[in-house]
Amino acid sequence: MSRPVQFNNKVKMVEAPEGFMGDGFMATSLEKVVGLARKNSIWPLPFATSCCGIEFMATAASHYDIARFGAERMSFSPRQCDLLMVMGTISKKMGPILKQVYLQMAEPRWVLSVGACACSGGIFDTYSVLQGIDQIIPVDVYVPGCPPRPEAILDGFMKIQELVGNESLRRRTGEKYKDMLAGYGIQ
Amino acid sequence: MALTNEIIKTRLVEKFGDQLTDWVEPYGMLTFTAPKDQNLKVLQFLYDDTELRFQFLTDLQAVHYPTRKGEELAVVYHLHNLVDNVRIRFKVFADITKPDVFSATALYQTANWMERETYDFFGVNFLGHPNLIRILNVDEMDYFPMRKEFPLEDQTRVDKDDEMFGR
Repeated sequence: MSRPVQFNNKVKMVEAPEGFMGDGFMATSLEKVVGLARKNSIWPLPFATSCCGIEFMATAASHYDIARFGAERMSFSPRQCDLLMVMGTISKKMGPILKQVYLQMAEPRWVLSVGACACSGGIFDTYSVLQGIDQIIPVDVYVPGCPPRPEAILDGFMKIQELVGNESLRRRTGEKYKDMLAGYGIQ
Repeated sequence: MALTNEIIKTRLVEKFGDQLTDWVEPYGMLTFTAPKDQNLKVLQFLYDDTELRFQFLTDLQAVHYPTRKGEELAVVYHLHNLVDNVRIRFKVFADITKPDVFSATALYQTANWMERETYDFFGVNFLGHPNLIRILNVDEMDYFPMRKEFPLEDQTRVDKDDEMFGR
């Protein structure tokens, strides 16, 4: 006797971008399609140095499940990542390492700063701690909290998705972006 | 017979006389002060003596006393006799403008790391140390952060003002 088989037919699909549709074709802008693909398959690189990293582990585990947002593929090689998630205190000695990791990532790349320490140095208002990672690399989204709850990290991640989905394809080659990077000493 | 603080003190006074000062026993731990240029002789004596046998250097660090003019930096040695399970502690004081103290690395290998750390945070210049460079802080740092010569907060900071942090 065969076992009853259940199929999960409650699959949620992303909505198609607006465009002109007819029999067997659809016309929309390339930007929207690329944005749609990118935002739902972000490969994060967790850069976890302390307690916010523990919250991130909870976020990635089954209960909160960051995979629901297309980000189940944690990569530990910066060269294949889209999103650098910095979670935890970054000491001044760690600063150059973080910057090198950022430089090794290929464009387009985004940075999510999780927790008070990564955003501003947090309680570590001291000689050995970097007062916010935005002193060395550009940050797209800041998640406050000490540490933030997994919901907050997911919210920050969704904000990143919003940025990724709406980004112009010309942004990364523009002068403004290059000037911004040059402000951090990055070519 | 157990090795008591009285025996240790007697042996040390026999050897060094009144060069060793400030004998105290906080919480039962024998503590004294030695002249700065005698630190290796005292360590060597405590190490070699067949009765004392303080052959383990538990800890070595510095303390900054800004009010003690001419001897602002104290270097503190914590020694342990593992046979009798007795601990003692002694200090040498150095002038902060010329913080030269002889290195104990020849006697205790473990002093290598601890002296580098003490140099890193207090700027004690250990003469004879094989590799006296910063160990924990960034190499570019041009000050000694644990010295009590800095205000608690950088007054020029604008990113963390009272308005944002409620202080």
